[in-house]
Amino acid sequence: MFRDWSGSKAGAINVIGSTSVMPFAEMLAQEFNGRAPAYEAHVQGGGSTVGVQATLDGIADVGMCSRSLKSDEAQTLNPIAIAYDGLAIVVHPTNPVDNLTRTQVRQMFAGEITNWKEVGGPDMPIRLIVREESSGTREAFMTLIMGKSRVSRKAINQDSNGAIKEIVKDDPNAIGFMSLGLVTGELKSLKIDGVVPSHDNVMNKTYPLVRPFLFITKGPPTDHAKPFIEYVLSPHAQEVLEKEGLVRVR
Amino acid sequence: MRTTAKINQRIAVTVMWLLATLTLGALLFIVLFILLRGLPHVTWGFLTDSPRSMGREGGILPIIVGTLWITLLAVMIAGPVGVATAIYLTEYTRESRVTAVIRFGADCLAGIPSIIFGLFGFVFFVVTCGMGFSILAGALTLALMVLPTIIRTSEVAIRAVPRSYREVSYGLGSTRWQMVTQVVLRSALPGIVTGIVLSVGRSISETAAVMLTSGAALNLPRSVNDSSRTLALHFYTLSREGISMTNAYATASTLIIAILVINVSAYWLMRRFVAKVV
Amino acid sequence: MSVAAQTTASLDGRLAGSDLASRSRFDFERLIGAVLMLLAFSALTGLTVITAFIFKEGLPIIAKIGFGRFIFSSEWYPLEKPPAFGIFPMIVGSLAVTLGAMVIGVVFGLGCAILLTQFCSPRVVSIIKPAIELLAGIPSVVYGFIGVAILVPAIRDHLGGPGLSVLACSIVLGIMCLPTVTSISVDALQSVPRTYAEGSIALGATEWQTTYMVMLRAARPGIVAAVILGMGRAVGETMAVIMVAGNTLDIPRSILDPVRTLTSNIALEMGYAHGDHRKALFATGVVLFVIIMVLNSIALAVSRRRAGRKVLAK
Repeated sequence: MFRDWSGSKAGAINVIGSTSVMPFAEMLAQEFNGRAPAYEAHVQGGGSTVGVQATLDGIADVGMCSRSLKSDEAQTLNPIAIAYDGLAIVVHPTNPVDNLTRTQVRQMFAGEITNWKEVGGPDMPIRLIVREESSGTREAFMTLIMGKSRVSRKAINQDSNGAIKEIVKDDPNAIGFMSLGLVTGELKSLKIDGVVPSHDNVMNKTYPLVRPFLFITKGPPTDHAKPFIEYVLSPHAQEVLEKEGLVRVR
Repeated sequence: MRTTAKINQRIAVTVMWLLATLTLGALLFIVLFILLRGLPHVTWGFLTDSPRSMGREGGILPIIVGTLWITLLAVMIAGPVGVATAIYLTEYTRESRVTAVIRFGADCLAGIPSIIFGLFGFVFFVVTCGMGFSILAGALTLALMVLPTIIRTSEVAIRAVPRSYREVSYGLGSTRWQMVTQVVLRSALPGIVTGIVLSVGRSISETAAVMLTSGAALNLPRSVNDSSRTLALHFYTLSREGISMTNAYATASTLIIAILVINVSAYWLMRRFVAKVV
Repeated sequence: MSVAAQTTASLDGRLAGSDLASRSRFDFERLIGAVLMLLAFSALTGLTVITAFIFKEGLPIIAKIGFGRFIFSSEWYPLEKPPAFGIFPMIVGSLAVTLGAMVIGVVFGLGCAILLTQFCSPRVVSIIKPAIELLAGIPSVVYGFIGVAILVPAIRDHLGGPGLSVLACSIVLGIMCLPTVTSISVDALQSVPRTYAEGSIALGATEWQTTYMVMLRAARPGIVAAVILGMGRAVGETMAVIMVAGNTLDIPRSILDPVRTLTSNIALEMGYAHGDHRKALFATGVVLFVIIMVLNSIALAVSRRRAGRKVLAK
């Protein structure tokens, strides 16, 4: 109803969703807005499921998602992979633990293992930091690590990658998960089953925790959204993503 | 002679001074913590530049513009409507059960958490009415949020005007509307303005209700249909994600200074008006 | 209506008929009256719509889940199949942080109020009162940020636990409701007739004895109202709480445990909730609405009981 009112809406592309995809989408949007002045991509966060819901509700032209679509979502939504990202399990840099098995990670986050000494660390309680339920990162974590187990009720919930980073970097007993592409030197990413979480290992699939970054649209992309999506899939943009730590899809 | 009562008094007063000092100390600490780290970076460039890299670099111009639009629009809608409602309820209707219920309802709604207005605004304005994340949706939501406060504070201010003023006015042959504008509103203005200033302050600091109604876009809004971010939300995002602490502090400083200016100028304006009446 | 007003009103009618200029003024008056009525009705309609909407969305789901299960179950798993919607931990969380906030808000707020009204010169009052009101103007996200930057690490390093805790929330919320408690208590204390205090002093009591034996008792309804309104503010705060609470699903067992409140539950999930999940969030809104209504009713009843006129007029 209100969408046709002003000229600005005609060129505005609303890109909403995953906080993992957001910084990369933002970067590309900035370049895109410079190259294609007739359009303006507006990027916002909220979480992967917010992106899905916003696309379904028609608020977003393009949704950002850092997990695969669920079966009921895939019925009406069209996913377009733009990159691959590793899921890093992060701890404080002073934490002596270097490597964990997938089973150990699952047991820790399920609350079955509660003390760092049980996995080779100091005698301190484990502090779990997780993302909120709508997060694609969390969903990816659930699929790749937790399986059927529930996350411990004592886990602390935060609403973005950045918030997890801020907490884990200050708390020596904390453990969390976040997008590998967003990990900085203030955190330590653990090896999983002995494999280092590196860009190459994500690309050659030896690192087990990998999830897709998706742009989703309701049905085929509108003429509105197409220019931006095409830009993101262009070799130039893919190289930018690669440089920033993601794995390109084209 | 030192009696126990006098000693008790000494102790009590000392304790209370301690509490007051701690309170003011907390206030000073909070304000200085933000301003000392942020003010040096609030340059003209910062205020007029656009954000880059999600706010890591650049300034906050689109955000200032967006905040102004949302707040002004909200108050321009809620102000007149709220004051008109208060006038109607006090001067044009008789006190009855209905008005008592309305008053109770307004009091309750004034106390409802802002997140509930946000939830309503999101489901109703953003999705159902199809406005999408927009300044309009945000302003309408905020207007509804501050409306009860404006109605109540205006009503209290109007009721405080002595009955004799009204009677004198009628006695001199004025009509009801003349009486309302020349007499009642003049005296009640300070109270009404306080209510509106309070609402402006509440709107400009609001984060929960605008998060999902006006959205979080960083681009310069060109119409009320565009999504925009507010200063408070920008500060929240920058500091939460650790994107740029310098810019976060600068944004917060801008916000705090703006609120200070609004409060002080309202206070000053009121003193001028109060001096005129009486 | 007073005699003067009645006379004038009837005069109005007579004048209107007798003079052309007065007739147009009379029509103008009716127009204004109609415009005001229209605006008032739109305002009230708007506010009623919100209330109705929240209840319409929230009540059916409470019936569907079962009132007992909704309020008392600790299972909040909205995305599982089948979903579970129990908000008990959030209710406990909201209650816990509100209580904690009130301890701080009342101690400091009332202390300041008593100091300002009973023991301070007007000059000092004119500095301290605006300063406290300034506290009310600081955005909640700033409070939350200071909480995360300073309070949370301090609690974590010196008291234990993750720092994100009931204690952190209570302190932050306490400082936030302080101005409300102070200003309403100041109003309440100032409306106690001076004769009460003078009589007490004349009987030989010290100012402090006068305060706690006479003034506080006389102002009690107003002070209780202040506390209750402060509680309302604490219950409703969202952003600052999300930042320092930890948002766990468990019921907090000590003040050092992380907690989730009703408001932060809504804020965290409302962006992506749909269907029953969204309705459950509205249902949480209904619970909050009811809590505020109860608090306001108590405040109203308490302030009515007072014999003094000034408080009634408010």
